[in-house]
Amino acid sequence: MPGLQLGTRRALWAYAFLLVPLAFFLAIRVAPAVSSLYISLHEWNVISPEKPFVGLRNFVTLSRDPKFAQAAVNTVRYVLAGIPVQLALGLAVAMLLRRINRFRGVFRALYFLPFVTPIVAASWVWQWMYSEQFGPLNQILVALGLPAQPFLRSPTQALYGVTAMVVWQYLGFQVVIFLAGLEAIPRAYYEAAQVDGASGWYLFRHITVPLLNPTLVFSAVYSTIVYLQLFTQVLNMTFGDQGGPLAGTLTMVLYVYQLGFQRFKMGEAAAATAVLFVAILAITLLQMRVLSRPVEY
Amino acid sequence: MALEARLAPRAAPAVLGRPRRRDPGAWLAYIALAAGTVAVAFPFYWMIVTALKSPIDLFDLRLVPSHPTLGNFTEVLTRTQFPRWFGNSLVVALITTLSVAFFDSLVGYTLAKLRFPGRGLIFVMILATLMIPTEMLVIPWYIMSSAFGWINTYWGIMFPGLISAFGIFLIRQFMSGVPDELLDAGRIDGVSEFGLYWRIALPQIKPAMAALCIFTFLGNWNAFLWPLIVIQTAHMRTLPVGIALFSGEAGSAWHLIMASSALAVLPVLAVFAVLQRQIIEGVTLTGLRG
Repeated sequence: MPGLQLGTRRALWAYAFLLVPLAFFLAIRVAPAVSSLYISLHEWNVISPEKPFVGLRNFVTLSRDPKFAQAAVNTVRYVLAGIPVQLALGLAVAMLLRRINRFRGVFRALYFLPFVTPIVAASWVWQWMYSEQFGPLNQILVALGLPAQPFLRSPTQALYGVTAMVVWQYLGFQVVIFLAGLEAIPRAYYEAAQVDGASGWYLFRHITVPLLNPTLVFSAVYSTIVYLQLFTQVLNMTFGDQGGPLAGTLTMVLYVYQLGFQRFKMGEAAAATAVLFVAILAITLLQMRVLSRPVEY
Repeated sequence: MALEARLAPRAAPAVLGRPRRRDPGAWLAYIALAAGTVAVAFPFYWMIVTALKSPIDLFDLRLVPSHPTLGNFTEVLTRTQFPRWFGNSLVVALITTLSVAFFDSLVGYTLAKLRFPGRGLIFVMILATLMIPTEMLVIPWYIMSSAFGWINTYWGIMFPGLISAFGIFLIRQFMSGVPDELLDAGRIDGVSEFGLYWRIALPQIKPAMAALCIFTFLGNWNAFLWPLIVIQTAHMRTLPVGIALFSGEAGSAWHLIMASSALAVLPVLAVFAVLQRQIIEGVTLTGLRG
């Protein structure tokens, strides 16, 4: 009997500790998510008092909206252009760092610097670096005898210009994650393979990569979610011409912002976020399946 | 076989990160890393150089300003509400970090160390909220804030971030590692249930708490989408919103834009220089657990 009372007392304490946080999650996460789905089924203009139910019409409108299609395609382009480069460079730098003995901490910190740099400020610096006439990047190109490029002013180049900035920003983070992953691979595997005469590329291909698989999965999933939600960098790097020339840098989130908060079509904006939510969920699950093939050793 | 036996020990240290003194591979690694560092650091250099240029020198393409001046910084600090924006960001980021640190550790402790009906369900529910992207919530948050009069207030900027589901997940992992014997000993000594969390469990997970605080602070210091939506007057702007809108209005006054960027970046870099090791190790700590 006293034991039961003690257990009950402890359970009551647990509920008391959880009361405020649970209320928070219900009110600030769960209810708004449900409300967002509700809004996506209505014609919801902040200014107008009438908010009629329109079924799936907002989704139909979006599916016929060329700008939304472009935002979706651009988002895929960011993922496909950025993540392979980020993972490859991150792994290369991590492996180089493991080859050196001195200044390892200094190099690691320098590569990590962009990750802690305020994103808005960094975006404006990059916009200035890409300046067509006065930017250092074009100065370098011209000095090498190459033609100057429009970069962010070009509908085809702008997206990759933004991608480069995002890779720069996340490279150091990626390096630190890979360093930890490499650290976890037991040295005995390398030693055993070397006794058998293996070296270089073979060790990398048959030991490093397969044993690094969990780290690769984590990195790929994490950065896909980051790239699917690009907003701050895009808005600030193509600020005057929001979404870039011919919507060349427009992302899903930036389009949601424009729909909801500049054109006040909150119903359509909410529908777009529902699409984004499904995309994030689907890609996360798919990537987990594709990348997490078991390794047998 | 004899050849392999001689080659193997020489190849081994290179792979294992312990090059011998005259290992040419290590020298190549230094050169490659240094080249990469130049590329990574260049934007910072370009920012500072431009911020030091007088307006006349702005389009002079030399890499070192011929007449360096601090005038751009004073101009940004006096002509804009930059100090106010800095203060706003500090208030918002500090209060949010304190709130996250308290509630996340309390919930993490409760879920890891106390037994009660519904524990598993509550944990799964909190984890499931991680799947909801912020973008999906900003429209309802905006409608909610309009209805309650939270638009353009500190509370309006802060409320979405006051508790973090990821932080709870993280802290729960670390709290699981706190030995039950320690808590039972406390119970025998008559420590209250809150005291068990606050005085016994919490001090056990200091590195995880430090990492959580640093990344919560950085995240809120950088937050942009929601503050951009909820802030409506210049004096309520946080630093990122202030810099973005100021830079948008400044046109081609790049010396001022870079000065404002530098004023936002340099304090963060100063903090990073001091806490560098904790921050980077925090990534490993949180990233691998998560």
